[in-house]
Amino acid sequence: MMGNNTLDRWFSCRPAAGVGRVALAEVPQLPYPAFAADMRALLGSVSGGADFSESNRCVAYFAVPDAATGGLSFYALVARDAEGDVLVAGHALDYYHEGFLESLSRDIPVLHVFEREITELYGVHFDGQPWDKPLRYSYNRHHRDDSMDTYPFYTIDSRDLHEVHVGPVHAGIIEPGAFRFLCDGERIVHLEIALGYQHRGIESLIAGTSHRLRQAVLGESIAGDTVLGHGIAMAGILESGAPEGWRGCDVIRCERAVALEMERLAVHIGDTAALCMDMAYQTGHVACEALRTLVINAMQQWCGNRFGKGLVRPFGANYRLTLERAKHIESTLTEVIGRYRTVGRDLLSTPSVLARLEGICPVTRGQALRVGAVGPSARMAGVRRDARCAFNFYPLEGFEPVVVDAEAERGNGDLLSRLKMRLREAEVSYAMIVAGCKELAGKWFEGYPAPDYSRALAGESLVFSLAEGWRGEICHAALTDGAGEVAAYKVYDPSLHNWTMLALSVRGAQISDFPVSNKSFNLSYCGHDL
Amino acid sequence: MLLTSIKVLMQHGTQYIRHLDRVKLCDEFRGRPVLRSAGLTAAAGAELCGLCPTGAISFGPGLTLDMGKCLFCGECAVRFPEQVRFTNEYRLASPTREGLVVTEGQAAGEWNFDYSAVRPEIGRMFRRSLHLREVSAGGDNSCEMELGAAGNVNFDMGRYGIEFTASPRHADGVVVTGPVTANMARELESTWQAVPEPKVLIAVGVDAISGGLFADSPAVNREFFEVHKPDLYVPGNPAHPMTFITGVRALIGCRTGVPAAAEDRETGE
Repeated sequence: MMGNNTLDRWFSCRPAAGVGRVALAEVPQLPYPAFAADMRALLGSVSGGADFSESNRCVAYFAVPDAATGGLSFYALVARDAEGDVLVAGHALDYYHEGFLESLSRDIPVLHVFEREITELYGVHFDGQPWDKPLRYSYNRHHRDDSMDTYPFYTIDSRDLHEVHVGPVHAGIIEPGAFRFLCDGERIVHLEIALGYQHRGIESLIAGTSHRLRQAVLGESIAGDTVLGHGIAMAGILESGAPEGWRGCDVIRCERAVALEMERLAVHIGDTAALCMDMAYQTGHVACEALRTLVINAMQQWCGNRFGKGLVRPFGANYRLTLERAKHIESTLTEVIGRYRTVGRDLLSTPSVLARLEGICPVTRGQALRVGAVGPSARMAGVRRDARCAFNFYPLEGFEPVVVDAEAERGNGDLLSRLKMRLREAEVSYAMIVAGCKELAGKWFEGYPAPDYSRALAGESLVFSLAEGWRGEICHAALTDGAGEVAAYKVYDPSLHNWTMLALSVRGAQISDFPVSNKSFNLSYCGHDL
Repeated sequence: MLLTSIKVLMQHGTQYIRHLDRVKLCDEFRGRPVLRSAGLTAAAGAELCGLCPTGAISFGPGLTLDMGKCLFCGECAVRFPEQVRFTNEYRLASPTREGLVVTEGQAAGEWNFDYSAVRPEIGRMFRRSLHLREVSAGGDNSCEMELGAAGNVNFDMGRYGIEFTASPRHADGVVVTGPVTANMARELESTWQAVPEPKVLIAVGVDAISGGLFADSPAVNREFFEVHKPDLYVPGNPAHPMTFITGVRALIGCRTGVPAAAEDRETGE
């Protein structure tokens, strides 16, 4: 196979604490056929079946205009858990190139979002792209005449099927997105999700300023429910200018780990509440709602904001997790996790609850691998993917991600698996927070650095940062210019991949199952739309 | 089974905050800022103004801070502790845009809610029941979650007859979060048009009030707010549920601290 010859030309980067950088000159530029063959070798299925790689995944694939030639430069990042590295390579498209590049999405469905984004921005279509539709109708799209109103929904001309359209304004306090169901009676045949209503142009805003604090707060606003996940990923980029990346301070890194786990714990409990609400189980709903309040109020006592805004800053922080605050967090969360355990026992022993969850809206392990699911959405289907084990610094020794083994537990990535996922992951988060607080208690005498907004990023480089937010793997990537300022910024929220999981989960289900399945994934609209 | 359910309920206990009028948030919470320009040189003043990521602070003469632009990130208070201090005062809402601008010499506990700026029919129509329709137009989901929390078991604003409703046809007003993205502009307008008169418009969070970080983004279209003027501005990033609840109660004419009987006489009911 041709790929074997060029695969060793990819630049292998071992990220330190999730952050890696490659000088632009060192990014290997491959001819497109070789690039395509390598991508197939890395990400494709060997037999043409469902055996897509569990360890390898494409975390970023984007194009930027090349001012010198007028063409496009492409960059791809493939993370490999088994090797603990990230492979980087690129290819270029000449301005005068005739015809279109061959689409890889047919063989590697994961790539459809990346290819669609490139097509939307630059009008460069991929030959044979099976789902050539706009991704988010960004303001700088190539075809300005296309708008949200002309989204080409998939339709079937049939007398037996009918369509149900929901959104973008939904019957609740949630973000906008449009859902179109193709139904056979009550049974859903197909669901198509059209997003883009939340597009705020955040990537251009980050690249358009050199004000570090402004960049940091923009990072916190990518998704207001994943403030810490995105904040930490962005801090990694902003700290890339220090030699060998910024590994200066264990106290800060440990604090970030604690904060990230607190966010995960709060959201998992909140999602349990939302799930209970949608299956009309009032006891679980109100109990979890109250528990979530305790966790986010503990966060407020630490940094003054219930969502952790203001906590993560480059090269330091403003709100130290003092012994007193750590003790308060520990005692609050010990109370919370005890009560949450009881709620979990209650849920799993109540037949009416189980009947609503078992076998409903399943997604198989094969499907999850095929669409490139990440985070809890993947782990609940038995796919072991967690950026925490390979790339991040964590205070807990021997961290092992929670994976709900769908086959062994006779589930099939159904609603029950998603609930169990949350119940178990909350326990791990709690253990990590306690371990982190202990570790910090032994470092109270160490210095505490203040944020530094004056330092440049690594110059002339491709910088990337990976963090495991509560929805899954977050990837930020930046191209920097000679002065160490951001020239182009890319944000990849886990929802980008996981929305397809939601669409697959409701096939064959009833429309009334959709709200429950939607809550069980709890994906981000603004994280997708940016 | 049943015993576990009972245990859950026992542990749950009573969760609602009994007296919402007397809530005090923790000292770390960043609410109404207090400003002092004494001793601030012109150069340091320029640095302070330049520090703010949304340009909410201006200097000369005297310091002012526009809470409609403020992200409450607290960076100014960390770097200039002599000049800016954030108190834990969460009553920040205002019926006018100018009411969000904090000047020097304003006391921390002072909430200048300008009751005279509120349209009289709002109190008359909605004092006992206000049903709102929420539209997120580019909000980052933190304001949305806090609005959801305002109705949860802890804050329970439903006790005052303030609730969120599923359809604009059932609503007395619209709550907007987010900077209003171009892709959402038309949907926001049609939701507003679908609400019957008389109706109220409430802007929640820095994004909705001024555009916040996204004010200059080409992906944002704020024509909606050029045509329709909000009846209430609720600042914050995100706005705390208490900020929202106290603001809306003030809007519909429930002056906190004034006994209900006196209130009734005042409005002639």
